[in-house]
Amino acid sequence: MVSSWLHRYPSFPHGVHPPESKDDTCGLPIRQFPFAPVLVIPLSQHMGQPAKPAVREGQEVVRGQLLAEADGWMSVPQHAPATGTVRRIGLVPSITGQMVSGIYLEPFPGSSQEVMEGTPCDVATAKPGEIVGAIQSAGVVGLGGAAFPTHVKLRPPEGETIRTLILNGVECEPYLTTDHRVMLEQTADVHTGVRFLLKATGAERAIIGVEANKLDAAEALRESAPADLPVSVRVLKVKYPMGAEKMLITSLLGAEVPSGGLPVEVGVVVINVATAAEIGRLLPHGRGIQERIVTITGPAVGRKGNYRIPIGTPLRFALEQVDVSDDVSRVFLGGPMMGQALSSLDIPITKGTSGFVAFTHVETGEVPAEYPCIRCAYCVDACPIRLNPAQLGLLAKNADYERMADEFHLMDCFECGACAYVCPSHIPLVQRFRLSKAIVRKRRAA
Amino acid sequence: MSKPTLEIHTSPHVRSGASVEHIMRNVVVALLPVSVFSVYVFGLAALVTLTAAMVSCLVTEHLLTRAQGGPSTIGDWSVAVTGVIYGLTLPPALPIWMVVVGGVIGVALGKFLFGGLGYNAFNPALVGRAFLAAAFPVAMTTWSAPFGSERFTSLPSSTLTFPFASPAYDAVTGATPLAAMKFDTEVTATADLLMGMTAGSTGETSALLILLGGIYLVARKMMNWRIPAAILATVFVLSAAMHLVDPDIYPSPVFMLFAGSLMLGAVFMATDMVASPMTGVGCVLYGVLIGALVVVIRLWGGMPEGVMYAILLANAVSPHIDGLIQPRVYGTGRAS
Repeated sequence: MVSSWLHRYPSFPHGVHPPESKDDTCGLPIRQFPFAPVLVIPLSQHMGQPAKPAVREGQEVVRGQLLAEADGWMSVPQHAPATGTVRRIGLVPSITGQMVSGIYLEPFPGSSQEVMEGTPCDVATAKPGEIVGAIQSAGVVGLGGAAFPTHVKLRPPEGETIRTLILNGVECEPYLTTDHRVMLEQTADVHTGVRFLLKATGAERAIIGVEANKLDAAEALRESAPADLPVSVRVLKVKYPMGAEKMLITSLLGAEVPSGGLPVEVGVVVINVATAAEIGRLLPHGRGIQERIVTITGPAVGRKGNYRIPIGTPLRFALEQVDVSDDVSRVFLGGPMMGQALSSLDIPITKGTSGFVAFTHVETGEVPAEYPCIRCAYCVDACPIRLNPAQLGLLAKNADYERMADEFHLMDCFECGACAYVCPSHIPLVQRFRLSKAIVRKRRAA
Repeated sequence: MSKPTLEIHTSPHVRSGASVEHIMRNVVVALLPVSVFSVYVFGLAALVTLTAAMVSCLVTEHLLTRAQGGPSTIGDWSVAVTGVIYGLTLPPALPIWMVVVGGVIGVALGKFLFGGLGYNAFNPALVGRAFLAAAFPVAMTTWSAPFGSERFTSLPSSTLTFPFASPAYDAVTGATPLAAMKFDTEVTATADLLMGMTAGSTGETSALLILLGGIYLVARKMMNWRIPAAILATVFVLSAAMHLVDPDIYPSPVFMLFAGSLMLGAVFMATDMVASPMTGVGCVLYGVLIGALVVVIRLWGGMPEGVMYAILLANAVSPHIDGLIQPRVYGTGRAS
């Protein structure tokens, strides 16, 4: 904190400063998690088309073997997280409450769980297109939480070029520390990943953006950077939502991504630093993603930590392993600012699960009563894209969705929750905007 | 782990801790030094006026919200803010019954009728005061002299005037610095203005204590500093220009800043969150408008003081300023 007062780190206007709450886990090394008795593997752990099963019920598979293949360009394959038997292909629970298609896999208790090797991809000899293909084959999606297929980002639309590759090591959500640990423990993987990504995109340089509360990580990456790799590490001001793509680009380069546009329109592609590390770790061995690093923390968790957990591990099993308290009252996937609260612990950890936080009744408390808007403008000063959330909130209350979208840029809201965080009247602003956006999208599609 | 009951709630799952009560309570705290000092300067009369103003506002809001069938809203402290500010705008020796009438009108007409907290277009305290200024012009411009020798032992006879009888004033009344300036071109010493050793409304005494309260709120991010800064800067610049034109007719800018209710108005009344604009630029415009109106009314209007009407007029313009000035949304307008 002191250091961020002394230095003027690059930043963006507005934003908020929630308590970081990272001290419990940021110093804990990544530890391997045990296998659950049954792994639950949804076929759609990414944005886009669900994968198509490539195995049948009863089949025995080896850890790392292809379970389901990509269905087209906007899709990624799914690899077996453990050596075991495919018990069932059917419906699995998901966070939305809906059942979705997936695979139940029962690991062999006695197996050594060695990972199957595939066709290696050599960064020195592979062509850019081959690297993009290898990234898709490895089942790589954005590990920061969005789970957007990474290879799609690497192919810019016609007429656009990627000049700068930005590695997102910001991790601005409170409580989460997975990227922090990856940057400390997997520096070589990160740099190998950067090498793959630079070649795949043709970008001239790479910048790793790290928030000033992870100076040790920035230092580790700086020291370990190979001399021939055009990569630099930039320390950024601690501010939420610095990790949002648009905020990161503006803080580092000063440019603004056009409203409704993509980062590539300013010559940039942003990749999460853990995604890059995973690319650097998997591609030289031709492997696919079968586990990921997850921060399990929060006051209700006994053994908080950063764990490497097999994809498909049910949350109930994971929480049992870390001694969750009986007093647990709310569990949410991701951080407290944007994380989704769970109604069931039967859902599995997927590729997009960067962490989960368990609160007891002490932290959740009573839901405070909603007051009328007093026009204090706290939300106006918090919104990182400079919307007028107070005005939008009033319009949402009046169901004037068209005006919200047409005059007040509703569709630019990326739901960071800064407005609801600061609102002294406890108005669930961001929730109203989520609903309004869904309604506008539905109407426009009709 | 037994089967826990999980509660579902939308993100964010943490909150900044800001609340309406907290903000309003802090405004009341920031006004305490001014209130205490005014009791020191004007004695029991100020104490009675401030208390009557507060009680009338609280009771009005409590009864109206209960009559409406909902819970009482006095717990959100917003009406307490109105009560203190309203009391501070009144002459210390104002008859109690007039204080009560203005309080009832301010809260009922200025706040409740508009829809309560968050919907009042005008600062309710000023609505109450404006009503009194129109209904009882003499009582509202009769000021006690500060530091009366018997101020802690007896009440001015006017305070206890029977309702609808015209108040009888004691001999010791004083002209406000602005009235002295306007009607007798007498200048009050700046030090007296700063320290609050002058005749005037209960709370328009010590500019120093008002500024102190304002700094406290700005530091706690509960007040937009742009509003008072823009008002004071505008008053200073405009009156300095006029003073340069003719120093015999137009008072010095320093006098203009510290005399009358400008400090109290700029810091505590114009900054009413509900009735002021939401954007930084909007707040500056709003402040400039108030400052300009104050100078115009004071120098060329029929009344010695114009802060109240300047703020009420700007309150009316505020929604239009917000309609006109919206922040530039990220990724729009400017070539990137």
